[in-house]
Amino acid sequence: MANIKVDGQLIDVPDYFTLMQAAEAAGAEIPRFCYHERLSVAGNCRMCLVEVKGGPPKPQASCAMSVKDLRPGPNGEPPEMFTNTPMVKKAREGVMEFLLINHPLDCPICDQGGECDLQDQAMAYGVSGSRYIENKRAVEDKYLGPLVKTSMNRCIHCTRCVRFTTEVAGISEMGLVGRGEDAEITSYLERALSSELQGNVIDLCPVGALTSKPYAFQARPWELNKTESIDVMDAVGSNIRVDSRGREVMRFLPRVSDAINEEWISDKTRFVWDGLRSQRLDRPYVRKNGKLQASTWEEAFAAVAARLKKAGNKVGAIAGDLAAVEEMYAAKALLASLGSGMTDVRPPMSGIDPTMPRSAYVFNPTIAGIEEADAILIIGANPRLEASVLNARIRKAWRARNLPIAVIGERMDLTYPYEYLGEGFETLADLAAGNGAFAETFKKAERPLIIVGEGAVSHATLGKQVGRDVIALAAKLATSGDAIAEGWNGFAFLHNAASRVGGLDIGFVPHDGGVCSADQIALAGKGELDVLFLLGADEHDMSAMGKAFVVYIGTHGDAGAHRADVILPAAAYTEKSGTYVNTEGRVQMAARAVFPPGDAKEDWAIIRALSAVIGKPLPFNSLAQLRAAIYAEFPHLARIDAIEAGKVADVAKLARAATKTISAPFASPVTDFYLSNPIARASAIMGECAALAAGQRQAAE
Amino acid sequence: MRAAQFVNSLLLKEFVSAFFLAMRYFFSPKPTINYPFEKGPISPRFRGEHALRRYPNGEERCIACKLCEAICPAQAITIEAGPRQNDGTRRTVRYDIDMVKCIYCGFCQEACPVDAIVEGPNFEFATETREELYFNKDKLLANGDRWEREIAANLAADAPYR
Repeated sequence: MANIKVDGQLIDVPDYFTLMQAAEAAGAEIPRFCYHERLSVAGNCRMCLVEVKGGPPKPQASCAMSVKDLRPGPNGEPPEMFTNTPMVKKAREGVMEFLLINHPLDCPICDQGGECDLQDQAMAYGVSGSRYIENKRAVEDKYLGPLVKTSMNRCIHCTRCVRFTTEVAGISEMGLVGRGEDAEITSYLERALSSELQGNVIDLCPVGALTSKPYAFQARPWELNKTESIDVMDAVGSNIRVDSRGREVMRFLPRVSDAINEEWISDKTRFVWDGLRSQRLDRPYVRKNGKLQASTWEEAFAAVAARLKKAGNKVGAIAGDLAAVEEMYAAKALLASLGSGMTDVRPPMSGIDPTMPRSAYVFNPTIAGIEEADAILIIGANPRLEASVLNARIRKAWRARNLPIAVIGERMDLTYPYEYLGEGFETLADLAAGNGAFAETFKKAERPLIIVGEGAVSHATLGKQVGRDVIALAAKLATSGDAIAEGWNGFAFLHNAASRVGGLDIGFVPHDGGVCSADQIALAGKGELDVLFLLGADEHDMSAMGKAFVVYIGTHGDAGAHRADVILPAAAYTEKSGTYVNTEGRVQMAARAVFPPGDAKEDWAIIRALSAVIGKPLPFNSLAQLRAAIYAEFPHLARIDAIEAGKVADVAKLARAATKTISAPFASPVTDFYLSNPIARASAIMGECAALAAGQRQAAE
Repeated sequence: MRAAQFVNSLLLKEFVSAFFLAMRYFFSPKPTINYPFEKGPISPRFRGEHALRRYPNGEERCIACKLCEAICPAQAITIEAGPRQNDGTRRTVRYDIDMVKCIYCGFCQEACPVDAIVEGPNFEFATETREELYFNKDKLLANGDRWEREIAANLAADAPYR
């Protein structure tokens, strides 16, 4: 710890603190452009100049100088820094005048206008006029792909985008070339950025040089309603802010959440908003004479009720990737009232057994815990595509400590180097038996982290035993090390859909004689299952359902809606208050930002209304009553933002299961990052990105 | 007291003074004008019907910054913006003013950084139906084209005082 006086106030801070951090600890505000707490220090904007006593006599960049760089006075007085002296004021005004020399005064047409750091700080710390009368410099705009729009005249060379892309996103595709007036930010080859996190440079840019291309000129920050919510594009559950105007979602922005997404979100999360406007189901449809025809709620419910009456308990329900806990609970209750236990939220032929404990299917070490791990094994997952923000966390851990990382599965570019061990089950079994150099590393690790992906656990053709064996071996690896730290649970299951953990938590899996989703579809094909409810489920084989009566409760006209006999239009994740449990097992609540389009209703309300039509009303009339029922049965779901920790003993128990599999390849289920769910498939922006990414992959091959 | 009153009444003083007042106004110039054939003078700062102006080369001035929409106290202005098809510049795709809501405060023209939205000298835009007072972009641009000479003269006349 070190003592320092900030504006005369004596404070005690750790000696590795920078002067800026010390000032923040003392409550003094320091303007800055280039400094960002999650990126390396550059010190090139000079906006954070302060006056110091006990250091050089000229103004000092407070972001780059640390407290221990300052000397104490001759009698041992603590060093001092000032943030409000005439020298500091003059320095800030000078820096601001220099920055504005070449910055165009086009705030009225700039998308950053109203939320611009330069605009705000020019008002707060600048002077009213400029003495510069010469021409401003002009810089050619760069092409950075379909997501990021550039206006390089506005660039102030803070290099936040360069540091973000190299450090966090792990692509060395941006840089600063030239010096002085000729300095330019460039992507070198005028090629689109190839990162799934590139949208974050839009937020990082303190001026309007990098803005969102799809959102260009669409809205002003002051006209937007801001709703804090949760993302459902992947199982990470990134905290987001939904900006809406009127009935439309205009954009998504990240919220700071150190435990989950820090302050980054993936491009799919950020740019999927146009998918919420197109291909929407906005009224009920009923299939008549082989054709889906627009209908009314009464007619649609009557059609479903008529079939349910004949079906008895030959009814199934499959939840899709974006289903919230509320509707799954309601659907499970509806099927229970019909005497059926055929519910499933898992991907086809998943190895996750309904009898397994919770720690078998959550990311036990937590996402923040990745930074504590000292060895990482990735089994059958491509975290870069399945959970981009989580992959950035692994990269952060690798950058900080250069820890050993190994992969079993496909070869892929994860933005950090890894040891490739093999492509399937044999390698995993070999490793678990203690063979190979990496097994040694793993044995010595205090905090080993085993990331098990759905690609290793769900094998559509090989059956469920493979997945169970993978979980058993991974659990063995996670618990069998010699030096595992007390309380460390390294078994990490990485899901790729937001609905999974929530569904597994409330038991939306086969029970009371029910069968799994693949078997339900097979039964339907054989005519032994009469009615099949799809809760936004589009990733299944729709052609195999035979003559079953399919009721699709969802938001978009995707695969499920095309197969459906009755479509009941529901609300997307921005249009309802829903509980989601992320892959860590963290319970989070998404909030409603806008209303569903047309006649669409919230999913749980549809199921409740249907239950009344068939004469078996479910025991809740409002969302509050439904939640009360859920919380009574599953108390951990009431603890929003908390994780119900899995037990290490449970993982150890899993490890004791005998394995029967001999060989199975692992492949990530996410083949196209940009088109992995119905909302993304309806989005024109995502389609453009997918086409571009496919082109880049082809060019690389 | 009584005597003074008596004399005033006898000499018809009030009648005579009222007569002369009437005669003074009778022979003085008439303030009444023959509207609509004659119109009174108005200030260059007069805030009348709105218009969207163009540059001399025909390019519309409005850049869709939405400052007028933001400042409008009656929330009479509605703007939607987007990149223009041919050159990608920032333009309005919709610019509506509800002239029924408008209170003619002139904040929109004060807020406009490019002098695009102005309140022109025209005050004769009464309509038979309410709907005709919902001005859209075409109507406003047409107003601008029609009144440009007067608007430009008024802006020039007021410029020294700004």
